[in-house]
Amino acid sequence: MSKHRGKGFACINYPIGMNLGGDPSQALVHSNPDGKFMVALSSIDLGQGMKSVTRQIAAETLGVPVEDVYVDTADSDTGPHCMGSFASRGTHRVGNAVIQASQEARAVMLEAAAEEMEVNAADLMTDGKGNIHVKGAPSRSITTMEAAQAAQFKQGKTVSGRGIFLIPLSDVDPDTGEMTPVSCFAHAAMIVEVEVDDETGEIEVIEMNSSYEVGRALNPRLVEQQLTGGAWMGMSHAAWETTEPYYPERDHGPVDFNHYLMPGPGDIAPHNIAILERPAPDGPYGGKGPGEMCANPVLPAVVNAVFNAVGVRIDDLPVTPEKVLRGLQANGGAQPQARR
Amino acid sequence: MSVEFRKDLFADERDDDLNEIGKPTQRQDMLGHVTGRSPFYDDHLFEGLLHMRCVRSPHHHARIRSIDTSEAERLPGVKKVIVGSDVPNNLNALLSLLDFGLDDEPLLSDKKVSYKGEPVAAIVADSERIARDAVAKVRVDWEVLPHVLDVEEAIKPGAPSVNGAYPANKFIYHGKYDHQKLRYGDVDAALRQADHVIEGRYQMSPIEQAPMETCGAIAAPETNDRFVCYTATQGLFFSLGTAAKLLDLSSARLHFIGGTVGGGFGGKVDSLHEPLAILGCMLTGKPCKYMFDREDEMQVGAPRGAERWYITDGVMNDGHIVARKFIGYFDAGAYTRLSSYAIIKGAGHLPGPYTIPNVYADIYCVYTNRTPATAMRGFGITGVDFAIENHMDKVANTVGIDPIELRILNAYRDGDMKAHRREAKNTALIECCQVAAEKSGWQTSDWVKQQSSLSGGGGERGQLPTHTATDQHGFVQDGQSGSYGGGSKRQEKSAYAETAAARAAPPAAAPPLRSMPVAQPPTQPARTPEPVQSAPAPAPATGPTAEPPQPQTRRSPARFSSISGLRRR
Repeated sequence: MSKHRGKGFACINYPIGMNLGGDPSQALVHSNPDGKFMVALSSIDLGQGMKSVTRQIAAETLGVPVEDVYVDTADSDTGPHCMGSFASRGTHRVGNAVIQASQEARAVMLEAAAEEMEVNAADLMTDGKGNIHVKGAPSRSITTMEAAQAAQFKQGKTVSGRGIFLIPLSDVDPDTGEMTPVSCFAHAAMIVEVEVDDETGEIEVIEMNSSYEVGRALNPRLVEQQLTGGAWMGMSHAAWETTEPYYPERDHGPVDFNHYLMPGPGDIAPHNIAILERPAPDGPYGGKGPGEMCANPVLPAVVNAVFNAVGVRIDDLPVTPEKVLRGLQANGGAQPQARR
Repeated sequence: MSVEFRKDLFADERDDDLNEIGKPTQRQDMLGHVTGRSPFYDDHLFEGLLHMRCVRSPHHHARIRSIDTSEAERLPGVKKVIVGSDVPNNLNALLSLLDFGLDDEPLLSDKKVSYKGEPVAAIVADSERIARDAVAKVRVDWEVLPHVLDVEEAIKPGAPSVNGAYPANKFIYHGKYDHQKLRYGDVDAALRQADHVIEGRYQMSPIEQAPMETCGAIAAPETNDRFVCYTATQGLFFSLGTAAKLLDLSSARLHFIGGTVGGGFGGKVDSLHEPLAILGCMLTGKPCKYMFDREDEMQVGAPRGAERWYITDGVMNDGHIVARKFIGYFDAGAYTRLSSYAIIKGAGHLPGPYTIPNVYADIYCVYTNRTPATAMRGFGITGVDFAIENHMDKVANTVGIDPIELRILNAYRDGDMKAHRREAKNTALIECCQVAAEKSGWQTSDWVKQQSSLSGGGGERGQLPTHTATDQHGFVQDGQSGSYGGGSKRQEKSAYAETAAARAAPPAAAPPLRSMPVAQPPTQPARTPEPVQSAPAPAPATGPTAEPPQPQTRRSPARFSSISGLRRR
């Protein structure tokens, strides 16, 4: 009786946003009298960082420091419509709406600055630190605060902007399935190394090495958080979780975390991640949504690693010791495949 | 554990010189989260807050002969026992807001239940403990019906009919077929010419989203004749629209507040809690909370549904896949929720990130007597990716090619044509494969290292097939297979609504909300309750409620054109 190691591979692509489109999101941006901006949304921050990523997108587009922007979201009286936080649509759809709203507000701010400075607005640029200056002449400058004050107290202009992003709904051909599902795809590849105990049937994930292509990592720490957590979830789906252990029978359904199994701290495998960025032509600053796809390659990579280790194919998830042992029994013992 | 950014790849497609984008800025809500001060829905406490628990079916499938709530109502502290007839518009499909399926699910069932755990009554009480005690005192006279739990059993002739709107246990796509089709080229002809035909069967299990914060909502009467609802929803206006529809309320009277959620993963889209909490609030005039406990969350809350996939590949000796055929079964559980949508998403995803000249899929959305399935991270994709990538490993093993080399041999590249008949752009699968192999020390050939997503695609690979084999199987004849199709469907729907409306009279104290006008004069004193005070029930029984119950005139928002092909006929 012994333990066998094996490596499994899987790669995937992932559609970003609701399938077929037809899922708008809106944003409203306005400045207070001091040139500090508020972004109003109705999008949901599930912990993924919706408020942070839209804040950075607004600051980048407005050309002001991120500390000068806050995001207020999900009060239906004040936030304009958003379809919701699902289908990896938040960054892509809401991000684009925030860009549009911020561009409109920025244009007003630059117009106001131009009037104050008696120059053409097209000749102005922001330095991202709270200043607006003439291109090529940084000394001829005005602060964003002065511009916002001039707009609101001298010129009678509202420094605000509206944004919406909608991919029009695609038809589906009933006979061929022809459709435009989404406009943008993320990618990933995953190699999982497992160790299989041929006496107990237990598997342990030893290491994960992966690459994820996310368009652009708008906030690298948030991307890291998504990929690390998502891969853990994929590992959990592969070898731990189910609400119906004897599916399709409904017996023995777990009702708490004593029975609904998930990998604990001792089960977490080292995960080495490479992040690739091929900007999406219609993504906000090229960003795609990394949130959902990060779990997907882990499931098949785990079962492929089990096959590589002991020659047992597990086609029904989750991989349980019982399934592994039955497979070993059917094969007359472990049949390790080529080492990789 | 390490994270690296491969800025060397696709560098010429990217401007890395930006002010805020690409910076690891800390979240604006971080301090609140780590100090436990961020306001989640359950942090909005009201004096006199009432609590809800549901009476649930112990059976997979049963007819409700009667519900006796009298003993529960007599329990001290019980403020209201809500049953189906109290719900103004007690039939909904979550996707009807997207015009994507027939209304098929009651908020509280009153005729039959189709899964274990289906709610038939809701207790509103001073405390959760009292609500739980009262649940045990509700007597339901059940007539147990035969049930079906397996997707392939459920679509056999003679199987118990799970869902009244789809009696054959299959969703109807585009008003035309009992499954979603994908047809690209001629799979059967290609399979005949292939060197190898490789088959597989894959089963994805149901999984719980398992957020730390369970699903729920708190509703309270607001001044100005409105209701405020604090919610954990993932789609604020989605839930608002669903509540407005089920409660037959103008959306102007609903004020939803959410946005900070303790994990969702897809499980907080179903909008079950908001309408029931608001209804409890409407019927008692008091703030009302409805939340899942962990057991509810795991067994009654909708999971990621199970999927079963059969894949048949035609493969040449050199590793090229020339044909790929899918038969897929999504286990929707008892009601549609979002499963019909996920299947079209899955169809658009096939055959995975590969350029295969002949692709075929039949995907069925099947109703079974289990907890309805809903969205979860990777919805419509995770299950079939498991099947595809598991299958790819078998193909590699069968033809004796390294698994990574096989992927790259078949990988889609810029300019290729996909099976849903759109050109592939902005692809990066090959680079992901190369980088992962490098990180893991997986030896690959020089050929693998030289490949690129940017070259080798398009040309002949970008052309549509000269011939696509199509068929009519699974065609749903109008009025022939049960009740599908235009006219007969509509009739069945109205009949259902009429019976629903004409069923047992509501308990004496219940205001008949069904006919409550959308806009009420703000001067009516009974309709401006304060949030924290004891207020009379919002709808006076003397209101314009004398009209007989009528078939529902459904407000179907024209936000989207018809996809299912049924609702707009």
